[in-house]
Amino acid sequence: MAEKKLQIALYWTASCGGCDVAVLDTNEFILDVAQLADIRLWPIAVDGKYQDVEAMKDGELDLTLINGAIRNSENEYLAKLLRRKSKILVAFGSCAHMGGIPGLANLARKDEIFTRAYLNNPSIEPGNQKTPCPETRIDGEILHLPQFYKRVYKLKDIVDVDYFVPGCPPAPNQVKAVLLAVVKGDLPPKGSVVGASELTVCDDCKRTKAEKKVKRFYRPFEIIQDPEKCLLEQGILCMGSATRSGCGVRCPNSGMGCRGCYGPTGNVVDQGAKFLSALSAIIDSKDPQEIQEIINGLPDFVSFAYRFSLPASLLQRSLRT
Amino acid sequence: MSFEPKIVGFLCNWCSYAGADLAGTSRILYRPNIRIIRVMCSARVDPTFVLKALAGGADGVLVCGCHPGDCHYSEGNHKAMRRFPLLKKLLADFGVEEDRVRLEWVSASEGQRFADIVNDMTERIRALGPSRIPGLMQADRIGR
Amino acid sequence: MTRTISIDPITRLEGHGKIEIFLDEEGGVKDCYFQIPELRGFERFVVGRPIEELPRIVTRICGVCPASHHMASAKAVDGCFGNEVAPVAHKLRDMYYHAHYIHSHIAHFYALAAPDFVCGPDADPAVRNILGVVAKVGLEIGVGVIKARAMAQKIQELLGGRTTHLVWCLPGGVSKGLKKEELESIKPMVEELSRFADFSLKLFRDVVLGNPRYVDIILNGPYTLDVQNMGLVDGNNALNFYHGQVRVVDFQGREICKYRPQDYAQYVAEHVEEWSYLKFPYLKKRGWKGFVEGIDSSIYCATPLARLNVADRMATPRAQEAFEEMFRTLGGKPCKALMANHWARLVEMLQNVEMLQHYCADPEITSDRFRVVPQRITGEGVGIVEAMRGTLTHHYTCDRNGICTSANLIVGTTNNNAPIQMVTKKVARALIQPGKEPTQGILNMVEMAFRCFDPCYSCATHSLPGQMPLDVSIYAHGELRWHFRRNL
Repeated sequence: MAEKKLQIALYWTASCGGCDVAVLDTNEFILDVAQLADIRLWPIAVDGKYQDVEAMKDGELDLTLINGAIRNSENEYLAKLLRRKSKILVAFGSCAHMGGIPGLANLARKDEIFTRAYLNNPSIEPGNQKTPCPETRIDGEILHLPQFYKRVYKLKDIVDVDYFVPGCPPAPNQVKAVLLAVVKGDLPPKGSVVGASELTVCDDCKRTKAEKKVKRFYRPFEIIQDPEKCLLEQGILCMGSATRSGCGVRCPNSGMGCRGCYGPTGNVVDQGAKFLSALSAIIDSKDPQEIQEIINGLPDFVSFAYRFSLPASLLQRSLRT
Repeated sequence: MSFEPKIVGFLCNWCSYAGADLAGTSRILYRPNIRIIRVMCSARVDPTFVLKALAGGADGVLVCGCHPGDCHYSEGNHKAMRRFPLLKKLLADFGVEEDRVRLEWVSASEGQRFADIVNDMTERIRALGPSRIPGLMQADRIGR
Repeated sequence: MTRTISIDPITRLEGHGKIEIFLDEEGGVKDCYFQIPELRGFERFVVGRPIEELPRIVTRICGVCPASHHMASAKAVDGCFGNEVAPVAHKLRDMYYHAHYIHSHIAHFYALAAPDFVCGPDADPAVRNILGVVAKVGLEIGVGVIKARAMAQKIQELLGGRTTHLVWCLPGGVSKGLKKEELESIKPMVEELSRFADFSLKLFRDVVLGNPRYVDIILNGPYTLDVQNMGLVDGNNALNFYHGQVRVVDFQGREICKYRPQDYAQYVAEHVEEWSYLKFPYLKKRGWKGFVEGIDSSIYCATPLARLNVADRMATPRAQEAFEEMFRTLGGKPCKALMANHWARLVEMLQNVEMLQHYCADPEITSDRFRVVPQRITGEGVGIVEAMRGTLTHHYTCDRNGICTSANLIVGTTNNNAPIQMVTKKVARALIQPGKEPTQGILNMVEMAFRCFDPCYSCATHSLPGQMPLDVSIYAHGELRWHFRRNL
């Protein structure tokens, strides 16, 4: 008698779909997954409706991967529903793990977002006063939309999460390793980050590293960088020193600095604070005025410190919101 | 009843903590709003501590160290000196008011100076009002 | 008392979508709404960021065509820096973009389109997916498809360092050039893809065009719209994906307008409805007239078919031959048959491989002068490219320190929001008849309507059952009267 297939689900909340593509980029391996598992919900690719999930018994799903941040009421509803129905729930990708790029919206207010999208921009219909509403009545019918929340949350803010797979998106070879681990039942303690290294990007980066003393920070377009030397040593921002490895150093290998998508290493509470320390340590000055001038070469520091992790930071969002 | 700021202070063992002690033994009166945590050096103050204090509801954070050149570990306070402006910049990006987080140099003999700093900081923060962070965190939990 | 059919969620769409169909007393379709329940706010939260970071932030709008956003964004940023760009960088970016197109078109055609034609539009849903295609045409093809798409991804990685969410473009050019060894490993892959492009067209001819029933569905089914067509063309009015002017042509082939990117806001505006988070672009000079077809309509499609309707010619010879053959078979140009989008994608793929071959033979492509340091910040730029599913516009302004002060985006699928709304309603009306209970066949046909537009997702090239879940509940007076569901 054939062994019962694993019941799995992949769902997206406020996401871009890149994490689903990352799963598909495992190429032939996905054929094996299809042999080992019944995919009960995966809106990008397969059958399975919300009603099917609602009809499941609690814990009927062996594994659910959720990618995407929590931005609206539908995202929250599905996260909670899938938590009830799943034995193992994984926060998959930066958005579920830390809030991701959509988390940058925590530096703006909801009304500002709506105003810019629907009322005040160069291509909006002249005279438009309408903005989307959770409930619209037309011709005696009612149409519903999810409610857009005032800020972005990470998955763990809403439901209990068993494992975290970091990355934007997670590297395909890491995705494969994680899926295999689940199939074999070979998982680390609950709450772990899986599919990534315990070291930082610097450890895997092949650029030469010497003493770091920086008298000036450069924006990436201001100088032609040396492709062999550590970027930070050249004064070009790279968050590798504060970022978990596992991505294959794909950004520094492209000639651009790391922006921290794999999140911090273990035990670090706030990725941006760690990066701040690291960066300060290489400033080559003892004079307060000179230090201030060097720091002025880092505009909008918050969006570097927390490019992918704002909802996961200690302060989580701007006080303007 | 006017609001009483809660200020968390990180004081380095060798200079500023001794300076605060001196304020005490000299019977100098100063605002009781500061809660002091002793660290061995101002360099020990990870920016995470400051953020955690604010996230935990502190209305202000004061970090004190030895004057540049006098650090017990030679250069620890230089590290703090480099971190702080960047931390202030980050806090400004978050909308945290300037006066809420401060770095000061206080030597072991500067008891009066320490008291003056605490008084000044307390009054400035009293004028700003309570930190908005606890309220926002609470609102996150209740409604979206 | 009306009854409601709710289709939620729609799948094979970027993000989330749902369809609400309201029936009248006789059971015919009174109205139908295609709602997008998602918004993230990119246009607002990129403000305040250094402008050179935007190309790496906006890729996260879409994880399947991130390079489209990256390129459009890079061009808008170029504009903010006085358009000072190393010439080789434009060639490299164009080369990357062609490989990106191939990855997406392969995925869409084989996973989304092929099942409807190879297995049949009303075949058993259990086999109407890539597995069924493979069963009919052989495992070798399935593996061949996976390999081909993997090659397209590999070419992108060698060129730009990353596939999904690349970080390559910056003011002045790109951050990495093409080394000779990298070019040598790309060349055989391009030749392989060139064969694959021919193979795909042949498959389409044999399986689809060789079957009169399918030809009938393409030419005579309800999947048509009398709206305008938009696409990017070069100075010769030949199709271009990366650079050019935007041209709009009506369904009689007459040019309505042609504009440079910087003038986009004079020609395109966006209408808002309270029941959807996604806006509805329309031709500004004609004004918003509602969801209506006709020669005076202000609605337009931006799709592969629309692009081919707009262009006078393709830019490369083999693609040109395929272009002429396609329109001959379809009975002339422009063509309104939305199903022909699937064919159009394969014709485009030929231009993609021919351009890759062209760049492989270009001695300049391995130049190390792929970047310059721009000297001025001029403060504003508009970048327009053809995303796989439509014309994509990024418009930025920045201050004199190069910090973004505003962003306006009109995204590929957004252009088609009104057409999708209209054709979904049209097909629902045509197929849901008074007195007849809607069957699962109807659900398939509703699917096929918006699938023509490749709504944002190139999805599985692999053996996942490519079947959209549909659940139909019919309520009368608030009571559930009838329920049908289609599962695996």
